[in-house]
Amino acid sequence: MFVFYGDTISLFQVLSLVLYLVLAPFAGGLIAGIDRKVTARMQGRVGPPIVQPFYDVAKLWKKEPVTVRTGAQDFYVLCCLIFMIIAGSFFFFGFNLLMVIFTLTTASIFLVIAGYSSNSPYAQIGAERELLQMMSYEPMVLLTAVGFFMVNSSFNSATILTSPYLSIQYMPGLFIGLVFVLTIKLRKSPFDLSMSHHAHQELVKGLTTEFSGRTLAQLEISHWYENIMLLGFVFLFFTNGSWLMVIVGIVVVIVVYFVEILIDNVCARMKWQFTLKSAWIITLIFGGGNLFVLYYLRGYLWMASQYQ
Amino acid sequence: MGIVVLLIVLPLVVACILLAVKSDSIRAPIVIGAGIAIAALSIVLAIGNHGGIIHELWQSPGTFKLGGVQIATENAAAGVSVAMTVIGAIMSIAIIVLGIKYKKILAIVLAIIQEAAILWFELSKGYAIEAANTAAKNYLYLDNFSLIMILIIGIIGSGICIYALGYMKDFQRHAAGEKDRRPWFFFLLFLFLAAMVGIVVSNNLIWMFFFWEITTLCSFLLIGFTRTPEAVNNSFRAVILNLIGGCAFVAAIIMMGMHPAIHNFELSNLLDIGTQIKAAGQGGDPVFDTIIGLLAFAGLTKAAQMPFQSWLLGAMVAPTPVSALLHSSTMVKAGVFLIIKLAPCLGISGLFAIGPGFMVIIVGGATFLFASFSALSQSNAKRVLAYSTIANLGLIVACAGVGTAEAVWCAIMLVIFHAVTKSLLFLCVGTAEHRIGSRDIEDMDGLFGRMPRLALFMIVGVSGMFLAPFGMLISKWAAMQAFVDSGVLWALLAVIFGSAVTLFYWTKWLGKLTAIVANRTSIETGVNRTEMAITGLFTAFTLIVAITFPFFSGGMIVPYLGVTFSSVAENVFVALQSSDMIVMMCLVVLVIVLVLLLYGSNRKRVMPLYMAGLNEGDDLTYVGSMQKDVPVTLRNWYFEDLFPEKLMNRIGVIVTSAVLVLVFSYYIYAATALGQYLLSGGAGGGAA
Repeated sequence: MFVFYGDTISLFQVLSLVLYLVLAPFAGGLIAGIDRKVTARMQGRVGPPIVQPFYDVAKLWKKEPVTVRTGAQDFYVLCCLIFMIIAGSFFFFGFNLLMVIFTLTTASIFLVIAGYSSNSPYAQIGAERELLQMMSYEPMVLLTAVGFFMVNSSFNSATILTSPYLSIQYMPGLFIGLVFVLTIKLRKSPFDLSMSHHAHQELVKGLTTEFSGRTLAQLEISHWYENIMLLGFVFLFFTNGSWLMVIVGIVVVIVVYFVEILIDNVCARMKWQFTLKSAWIITLIFGGGNLFVLYYLRGYLWMASQYQ
Repeated sequence: MGIVVLLIVLPLVVACILLAVKSDSIRAPIVIGAGIAIAALSIVLAIGNHGGIIHELWQSPGTFKLGGVQIATENAAAGVSVAMTVIGAIMSIAIIVLGIKYKKILAIVLAIIQEAAILWFELSKGYAIEAANTAAKNYLYLDNFSLIMILIIGIIGSGICIYALGYMKDFQRHAAGEKDRRPWFFFLLFLFLAAMVGIVVSNNLIWMFFFWEITTLCSFLLIGFTRTPEAVNNSFRAVILNLIGGCAFVAAIIMMGMHPAIHNFELSNLLDIGTQIKAAGQGGDPVFDTIIGLLAFAGLTKAAQMPFQSWLLGAMVAPTPVSALLHSSTMVKAGVFLIIKLAPCLGISGLFAIGPGFMVIIVGGATFLFASFSALSQSNAKRVLAYSTIANLGLIVACAGVGTAEAVWCAIMLVIFHAVTKSLLFLCVGTAEHRIGSRDIEDMDGLFGRMPRLALFMIVGVSGMFLAPFGMLISKWAAMQAFVDSGVLWALLAVIFGSAVTLFYWTKWLGKLTAIVANRTSIETGVNRTEMAITGLFTAFTLIVAITFPFFSGGMIVPYLGVTFSSVAENVFVALQSSDMIVMMCLVVLVIVLVLLLYGSNRKRVMPLYMAGLNEGDDLTYVGSMQKDVPVTLRNWYFEDLFPEKLMNRIGVIVTSAVLVLVFSYYIYAATALGQYLLSGGAGGGAA
């Protein structure tokens, strides 16, 4: 234990940060591989081996370095990777969830700017669509953080992790809303507007059209880091300090990801208007509604904690 | 005290000198020298005083020395008051005369109502009340919040005046053949600065009202500076809306004189009573609430909150330095200053309690949301900036309305960050407009290739407005935390949805700036040196403030809150943990280091862009069907169908007007129900 500007920091926090930094790319890559495998099976194909994403990144790394114009886009993608890792580190270290979300936003903005800076028609339209997706999911993610605060009296993920309250019990609406916008965040169909893993993309590769070689590899790695952190968010709903709930949490995370893959494969892409409207309506009804209920509950929770 | 008075007198004197100076070569050194002197004085003042205590500056009874002569402050104050009454009447007559000239009945009527009311009150009651009040009087004061405002006015405001030198030179060239009215222009700019300092140090509300009226008049004349029909119309819209606020201000002053428990016109006294009422947990005095409500109303009009937002949008017709001044360091900041000052009397006691706090939070929250929505469909850079100003002021106002110490912390932080960043953006747009001949964001496509330095400044400004780890975002984050803590959930929802939209409209602008377009040559040479220097300086300020804000917080804001909210424990003053602030600081440094180290070091082979057909090789055209060359143009996305500007404005105006009508009709109802009380109170106040 040591103290950093008034915050007490435990060894556990440091350990989980180190584990995230080292293991997240492997876990993220594996999830991407499983994703492709499951998707292939759903479509009646054999699919690539599970470690295929690692092969892909390794191959991208060895490609001849080429770029467009001044290569500004490569700088922005690198910044995106760095800020994505920082955002994830904040989360696993136990910092303020709002800070995590804002840093994540900055990382995503770097990606959008990378798309714009190439001045390629496809990349720029992809970048604008990515922005639209961000505008769609951002309110729900922030409301989720507020919900965690109301239940656990703290925005810090470390405190939420060890708090005795089981968040899902008080935040079912926020959970549904978050899973909904997770589909947008993971760029799964029907919301894969800005770039798509599927072959039916009308924007070529959208935002990533002009990226190649190491730049594309860096972007892939940043997705791995990002996905692990997003699943961490889902996991946080199921913590109350007991080991049993850790297992439940992991199971739910797996189920949620499977559902995302399923949605990805059974839905055709919808128009952007649907993305924005549906996300905001769900956010208002499930997120806002849940928060208003919580606001009244909060008084009771606080009283309950006084009698413990 | 000496420096404070000097900070009012010096700009005033400089303004008068500039009115007489016709030649640019004489004007430039005066403006630059005065600007530096004002900035230096405000810094000296800030270094000398930062205890966070209300310094009793010009207290009466007492004496001071002027040129070796002992003068009783009471006499001096009475003299100043009379002078203010006379000058105030002259200003009203000026508005009336201009109103007659341009046939603006409403402006004439409002100016007459306001002036008649204040004259009647001053002559029949006001002076008598002042004279009868034998308790110690503080006409002027200085606390840490005023100091912060003085720093903003003194540094940002004078910077803009210096920038205006170069800008107005170009402006005059563009308007060749017309009369050179620059002496008048610079006179108004410096007068504005003097009046702003006056507002933030006046403890006597009648004095504050005088300075308040000067800013109204100055903005009126500056907006109408070009004298085109559009400018004249917009300037009258500004003066009409601000006169409505002025009338509310006068009504508040009159009610203060009538109220038996107040007896005088001192802001500090008003705040003490409000704090006592709050501490006692009653809040059942509708007359007191009405006074606070009227003052807050005056603040809302000046801060261009909905339903009064239209005057600030109209103010764009003025030369850009005026917009920069109105949006960042003066005028609108006077409005939020007054509301933040009133914060201890605001706040919400219950979920549905209809008080001034309720009114201010809803108006601020709704303004933030709908002004952000309106900005989405704008491609005119100045319009985007205007809507963003209105929205951010809404956030500041909502924070002040919440009225807790941590919410006020956010409000003051937002004031600082917004002043620095918004002034930078206006100066950038102004310079770009003169070089590329357009203020449309679409025309700034690939500005990085054409004006690399200016584009860099603009990128810093735009990022500073919405992106972590820069200041505005940190304050917004703190505001969210404050809203959650005080349970104002619908304000929280407004901030969250508004911020999502904010993200969109700033990033698409940023995208246009950063796009690297082929075949662009630099046209940056020829920009005035002073223009570039001031813009660069403000860019540095934006970054420096983002790095040093924990020191502003600890050194200036927390002591201020300690005095203002003396009953609250100190650890809840700041919405953010200090560890979070330190981390954010480090991230700013990281961004700067990353850019310096890695940007532009490209050793890769450059390939042509992917296009629908064969790229011609210049990245600007491709071979389309039938072997035709098709040029590529890229345009941004404006959502006119989902977020139409007119509709968004209308909804905002309807919501906020409904709240204002609701709250004030409640007051009238409550006041009538307590008519007897008011009547006896009126008699008691008059007799005292």
